Amino acid sequence: MIRRNLPFATVAVIVLVAAPLLLEPFRLSLLAKYLCYAIVALGIGLAWGQGGMLTLGQGVFFGLGGYSMAMHLKLTEGGGLPDFMVWSGVEELPALWVPFANPVFALGMAVLGPVAIAAILGTLVFRQRVRGAYFAILTQALAAAMVILLVGQQGLTGGTNGMTNFFDLFGRDLAEDSTQRGLYLVVASVLGVLYLATRQLVNSRYGRLLVAVRDGEDRVRFLGYDPALVKTVTFAASAGMAGLAGALFVPVVGIISPALLGVVPSLELVVAVAVGGRHVLAGAVLGAVVMGYAQTAFSEQFADGWLYLQGALFILVMTLAPKGIIGVAERLRRARTT
Amino acid sequence: MSAFANQLPIGLSIGAVLLLIALGLTFTFGQMGVINMAHGEFIMAGAYTAFLLGDLVPALPVAFLVAGAMGLILERVAIRHFYGRPLDTLLLTWGVSLVLQQLARDLFGAPNVQVPAPSWLAGGVGILPYNRLFIMGLAVAGVVAVWAYLTRTGLGRRTQAVVQNRRLAATSGIDTGRVDMLTFFIGSGLAGVAGVALTLVGPVGPALGTYYIVDAFLVVVAGGLGQLRGAVLAAIGLGLLNSYAEFWSDASLAKVIVLAAIIAFLQVRPQGMFVLRSRALT
Repeated sequence: MIRRNLPFATVAVIVLVAAPLLLEPFRLSLLAKYLCYAIVALGIGLAWGQGGMLTLGQGVFFGLGGYSMAMHLKLTEGGGLPDFMVWSGVEELPALWVPFANPVFALGMAVLGPVAIAAILGTLVFRQRVRGAYFAILTQALAAAMVILLVGQQGLTGGTNGMTNFFDLFGRDLAEDSTQRGLYLVVASVLGVLYLATRQLVNSRYGRLLVAVRDGEDRVRFLGYDPALVKTVTFAASAGMAGLAGALFVPVVGIISPALLGVVPSLELVVAVAVGGRHVLAGAVLGAVVMGYAQTAFSEQFADGWLYLQGALFILVMTLAPKGIIGVAERLRRARTT
Repeated sequence: MSAFANQLPIGLSIGAVLLLIALGLTFTFGQMGVINMAHGEFIMAGAYTAFLLGDLVPALPVAFLVAGAMGLILERVAIRHFYGRPLDTLLLTWGVSLVLQQLARDLFGAPNVQVPAPSWLAGGVGILPYNRLFIMGLAVAGVVAVWAYLTRTGLGRRTQAVVQNRRLAATSGIDTGRVDMLTFFIGSGLAGVAGVALTLVGPVGPALGTYYIVDAFLVVVAGGLGQLRGAVLAAIGLGLLNSYAEFWSDASLAKVIVLAAIIAFLQVRPQGMFVLRSRALT
């Protein structure tokens, strides 16, 4: 028990204690952003790595969470209508957004909205035994449609620019270092708790069933289980994680816009999971942090080169190391012990 | 009423372009299980070929060859090693697509470029502008050519055999590797032709392919894998649905309506309009 949890405990101490003490506020905020992405990646690791469902639309759920939170922040700031609505000539708060002034409702919607959409989509799609690449394409189309919808409904969503300029969160000044440090700790703790819970899930009977569905859906059906239900629940759980990550992302980064949740960002997170190692949950988390860091580090120096590097890295990982960083590490360790 | 009628050629020509793009996808997907996200960049390559040549008619065959060659290289160098892992090909080719887009941005610049439309395509008959008619004609020619290839030539019949049952085809002495290469060449080439057609209705930019690739995949899903009839019907249906959904609601809702329609359609026919009947379980 202790041995098994030692790596997790070590990482938890580094992330929760060492990082806030050692990193300057700007870097700590960046790390918080990567950890938000890591929460989405954890969901992808569960749905894709364990369940074999390649979901290319996690950005949609991330966005739903983000927009719920952003709207809550806008509505509680005072001063009447949110700024972007005034600019697009909206005179009265649309009824859709009215309940988002309540923090419980906003946070609840950030998680339950994505869960509900994923559950409906999953039920419709998995019941009909639509799977594999078909499912991937449908989720990608969902991401594409979502972006067009958000951009088009400017009065409701702020259009291409999305929402930005947030000042307080639950009465605290967002610009303060202490608020940002507190947010970082919240994000890290949420990730830690979700990681433990997901790992528990994967190790349970349910997790075995999920892997069985991934590797032989028809056999599972013949054994009397309902693969559609198993897949729908998993997909909904991963959507909920993405939604929560979106809600945390907004106060940390201070913006939510269609560019952050379209086809490309959704795929980038899948890429990150593959780079880290999709077959274990820790690989998903690791991949998101590594790729987030790499993107910041490289695009600070040469913006255009990043796309080449990302593309090339991806081709290399898929051809040479399909199990990602964790896979390479495992192989090295095995080589040393034998 | 006239606004309503005007949507018809727009919808049909969108459908025609989608068809040219989806023809390649449905066969690479159906025959090899490859989800080629870089297919969109072959469209872009075709469009830039037209831009470089500056003339539509010679651009058509050249774009076919250029895009086809790109597809062939991609298949030989990378995709070949991934057969049987469709989800991995999706991610691999996405990496390729990123690199190609950035390459186009470095070669031709990030801003969109315009290809001058030939003067003989100006004007139109009634509600049908000549340029949109030309695109529809291209799609018809493409479908007839693919149909003739598949049913009237030995290579095409071998292709069909591989689509229906790869292992049996291989056992019967068909060189499936060669058939795969050829399918990839033709499919990518048609995407190049689609790219040339797109220069008639809009500007050309490095991200051109990304606007069409998702819809083209939806055509494949709705039409059924490796099905010529399915691709034709689904492409026309999707093109019309797209343009009329934009007409009745607004542009931002159209894509949502189209996606909802496809998911609803999959409730009735989960494997698309036409299905290759077999006793296999999956």
